[in-house]
Amino acid sequence: MTDRQQIFDQVTAQIAPFNKKEAALSDATTFAGDLEWDSLTVMDFVAAIEDEFDIIITMNMQAEIETVGQLVDAVAKLRDA
Amino acid sequence: MADLFTKFDPLIAEREALLATGVRDPFAIVMDKVLSPTRAIIKGKETILLGTYNYMGMTFDPDVIQAGKDALDNFGAGTTGSRVLNGTYQGHKEVEEALKEFYGTDHAMVFSTGYQANLGMISTLAGKGDYVVLDADSHASIYDGCFLGDAEIVRFRHNSVEDLDKRLGRLPADALKLVVLEGVYSMLGDVAPLPEMVAAIRKHENCMILVDEAHGMGFFGPNGRGVYEEQGVEKDIDFVVGTFSKSVGTVGGFCVSNHPKFEVLRLVCRPYVFTASLPPSVVATAATSIRKLMHAADKRAHLWKNSKRLHKGLVDLGFTLGTKSPQSAIIAVILTDQAQAVAMWQALLEEGLYVNMARPPATPAGTFLLRCSLCAEHSDEQVDQILAMFEAAGKATGAIA
Repeated sequence: MTDRQQIFDQVTAQIAPFNKKEAALSDATTFAGDLEWDSLTVMDFVAAIEDEFDIIITMNMQAEIETVGQLVDAVAKLRDA
Repeated sequence: MADLFTKFDPLIAEREALLATGVRDPFAIVMDKVLSPTRAIIKGKETILLGTYNYMGMTFDPDVIQAGKDALDNFGAGTTGSRVLNGTYQGHKEVEEALKEFYGTDHAMVFSTGYQANLGMISTLAGKGDYVVLDADSHASIYDGCFLGDAEIVRFRHNSVEDLDKRLGRLPADALKLVVLEGVYSMLGDVAPLPEMVAAIRKHENCMILVDEAHGMGFFGPNGRGVYEEQGVEKDIDFVVGTFSKSVGTVGGFCVSNHPKFEVLRLVCRPYVFTASLPPSVVATAATSIRKLMHAADKRAHLWKNSKRLHKGLVDLGFTLGTKSPQSAIIAVILTDQAQAVAMWQALLEEGLYVNMARPPATPAGTFLLRCSLCAEHSDEQVDQILAMFEAAGKATGAIA
């Protein structure tokens, strides 16, 4: 399994408890559109991801992340930093 | 046809659906007459006010009103200018002196609103490459201060010392950080564990601490400075932000500090520079009120008595409240959904009681709540009346059995 695939799996595992619509998850899945998350859900989810990978995703970065794929790439970059 | 308003269509539809059920609009109340800090006429009905921030009841204090009238006569209706140009009068300096005495600090800077005080302090203090670390349940003015500035913004879970500690630990040690906390969080009325938070913050380098005491000024601590005074962390707090629109009883915002370079902020803080200063009557009422708040021990004691009585009374009636114990002058009644919250809000209004209705996104965890805020001028009899109205409205709407 590649590193990216592993991060993808970890990210989707964190999405699961918040995935009330049980939407299918791919790199292209959007948080606002496909998952229909509000700002409070995003807050809880980001905190969970930060703790899972021991990173900080600032609100400035969050504004640029719209899809699961973008989040996986951001996590990969932050974890290696 | 789509235009710039199309994005508001879901909100417009939600409001129309709610109002179509025949309820009154909770966000369009008009006070036709205000009789005292605790009573007003709304649509012809005398109503007890339990949804203002008039914690210390200073709005009708005779000395405060006289100071405002004198200032109107002597200095006119407004300054028509910025604090740094033609908008600083003797009264603006006088209210800053009153604040320095009240807080025991070297510096005080007065803004035109509390919102602008947070906007200005946060956006100016934390610049590019710096970090603002804030509680997830922070007030909109704190968030907007972050968005106005160029710093990196990091949130921690509400009132979680561990979460704050962990996030500070993940930031570069050499980066400069501003940690923003609130003494009282205004939606649920809960208080921050400041000593534990200060201890966690002090484990990390290059941190300064700003505490917003908007809902704590006047009745926490021996001098009424706020939660940070009551909890004994005065020496650790670098900046205290506050407002004149709550316990002080008028409008305006401020920041106090002992930082030796504080005064430079008057030149670089855009929400301070690029707006008109407060009218002379407002700063005169504020200065008089602040000086009276220094000697308001009896009022403070009565406010706390009111808070404890209302909290216990509502718990005994079977309501779910935002805090297990009465932590502040705010008591939040948590309801199941918007329909129940609005029905309860309206039933109370018809009984003659005004409370605030609050809904997401202003509220934490998507809750619908009726927020009660007490005043030192609420009499014991009024608290009895308030509880009777809650009982009647709660039973009528099914919110309690």
